[in-house]
Amino acid sequence: MDSNQKDGKSTPHFGDRRRVLQAGVAGAVALGFPAIVRARSDAIKIGHLTPKTGFLGALGGWAELGIMLAAEEINAAGGVMGRQLDVRSEDSVNPATAATKAQRMLERDKVDVLMGEINSASAKTIMQVAARNRRLFMQIGARSDALRGANCNRYTFHVDIPVTVMVNAEGQGLLREGMIKGQRVYALTSDYLFGHDLAKAARKFVTKHGGTVIGDELIATSATDFSPYLLKIRQAKPDLVATNLGGNQVTNFVKQYAEFGLPYPVAGFNLNTADAWAAGAGNLGGIWPTVWHHHIDTPGTRAFVAAFRKKYGKTPENHAWIEYVSLHVMARAMNETKGTDNEKLIAFFEKEPKFDLLKTRMGYFRNWDHQMQQEAYTFTVKKPGTYKEAWDFLEFSAPIPGPDQPLELLAPTRAENPCTF
Amino acid sequence: MNMQLLFLLEQVVNGLVLGGYYLLIALGLSLIFSVGGVVNLAHGAFYALGAYVSIEVARYLGFGAGVVISPVAVALLGILFERFILRRFYTADPILSLLVTFGLALVTEQAIRIIWGSAPLPASMPRALKGSVVLGDFLFSRYRLLLLAVVALVLAGIWLLLNKTSFGRVVRAGIQRPDMVAALGIRLQPYMTVIVMLGVGMAALGGALFAPIALVHPAMGAEIIAVAFVVVVIGGLGSFWGVVLAALLVGVVRGVTIFFVPAAGEASMYVLMFVVLLLRPRGLLGERIEKFE
Repeated sequence: MDSNQKDGKSTPHFGDRRRVLQAGVAGAVALGFPAIVRARSDAIKIGHLTPKTGFLGALGGWAELGIMLAAEEINAAGGVMGRQLDVRSEDSVNPATAATKAQRMLERDKVDVLMGEINSASAKTIMQVAARNRRLFMQIGARSDALRGANCNRYTFHVDIPVTVMVNAEGQGLLREGMIKGQRVYALTSDYLFGHDLAKAARKFVTKHGGTVIGDELIATSATDFSPYLLKIRQAKPDLVATNLGGNQVTNFVKQYAEFGLPYPVAGFNLNTADAWAAGAGNLGGIWPTVWHHHIDTPGTRAFVAAFRKKYGKTPENHAWIEYVSLHVMARAMNETKGTDNEKLIAFFEKEPKFDLLKTRMGYFRNWDHQMQQEAYTFTVKKPGTYKEAWDFLEFSAPIPGPDQPLELLAPTRAENPCTF
Repeated sequence: MNMQLLFLLEQVVNGLVLGGYYLLIALGLSLIFSVGGVVNLAHGAFYALGAYVSIEVARYLGFGAGVVISPVAVALLGILFERFILRRFYTADPILSLLVTFGLALVTEQAIRIIWGSAPLPASMPRALKGSVVLGDFLFSRYRLLLLAVVALVLAGIWLLLNKTSFGRVVRAGIQRPDMVAALGIRLQPYMTVIVMLGVGMAALGGALFAPIALVHPAMGAEIIAVAFVVVVIGGLGSFWGVVLAALLVGVVRGVTIFFVPAAGEASMYVLMFVVLLLRPRGLLGERIEKFE
């Protein structure tokens, strides 16, 4: 206090202090109850459902971080036409609960659009709710082909790459390595909609390119111990182990495969970078497909990775990325259609406008089946000692398809996809 | 020997190994219920804590230290759990202890999310423990053989404690006739503290040992608690060997089911429970316990 007076600065008086206190309280209240401050009557409400518990819960955690970062950015920049985005994120739990919550969000919470999901079975039930209510559902992270095919409806748009694209991207990599033609493939399949779809596409690819599927085991999503399956693999002595697993299953399998140290090469038709990280360095081998990774050399990806690390202190994986770009895509559509009229939004998306997905090439929703067309990648695992950070052991490929190939190269064709609206 | 039969036998042997691991979690659950009459729904939470703490310790002191220190630390936490929470519910309506331990499980899971994040933690084992060995005609993971040895040691220790010490005599008497024990002037509460400490310590050891081979995530406790319950129910209350038998049986039945019908693997233990309860409502070796009748 003495030093203050020597500097000629006055000590704050009591009255000043009270004002500071009041401002502080007001600030604290604003910080403490952002939902109340934000939830003005003119806010645009986004109903967000994603699994936060269960075998996909870990991925749902990343999804929520991604969409919340995008909402924060959009709102900080003034929102959508001056209206703030109010993202209401809930645990979708299971297909039945997902549908109930989606209906409640539309009816009671009066959300403007529905977004989210990772679980293909839950996505299917939410899609039915969307169609029944004639409301838009941006289905972000579930990959089953059936959702975009036999079960498709005009109210749903799909952002993530479908199973067929993953199998084709992965398959190209395997063909290059000579791991399909004339080889005996043993498959492990997750026992739900996504796994069944994946197994079907994978079997088709393997057979078409001269390989034989010698075993295909269905595995319950709740399985954590894979040792009986590992014994069966050893008994079958395949040339390649192909996994069609999902969520926690992939990580558990990868860890236990490393534990048993079986000599057969592993390839997976599904693996999220988060699953790979959770497995830990030294446990993962093989070749895997992915939809995005943090090493993509574009200004968009660099900026997103930097913003994500700044806010959360960790590197984003593909489900965080896809939720982030999806909300930006949705915000742009609302800006361009000047509102949240779902019919106008659908018409806008169906004009196939190009969206920046932070990759080399722009993506678009194909208008006849509503699935996003975009680049994919494969990755392998770096040798121990060639990387510094624990999460940096993945080696990513160049985009597939290549720069001179059509973007729809890996996607199911009109002849292959039974979708009609 | 016929190859198919050999493969089937391999599944049986592997199932026994897995059952040994289930036992580590189920035995504590059974002891706490048998002595205190409390269904500890938070048992899985201690299992999860065991895994997380072991990873945290391993980061600084190495894998071995993690496996040793984590169960001890969680067992100490178990003392607080018994002293300040569980103790109030021994004589209360069972629904209250169900609710409070269920609540504790949720709180712990959420606390893990806050402390370590909702994304799973990576965990690895030392390179030397990786790989498998072939003994006779059967393939074993080297790590699981070690795990089995640890389980056998713990099991022997608990059996000796229950059957060869005065401590064990009081506990066994307490399971059957707590009123008579009290009439003899023995307070059961300090014994219960030790039982809870041992029980949650074993669960934590299970978590620490399983961390390198399974996903470590906040909800991992909920995954194991169902299996542990099934084992306890099949084995029967109050029976040490009942739990041992049930754990091994659940492991073997799962392995054999996966051999024939892979998709039914996770459902097999519930079918087994159903059948056992139909034939023996008290479980395989369950004793008639006055206070639960």
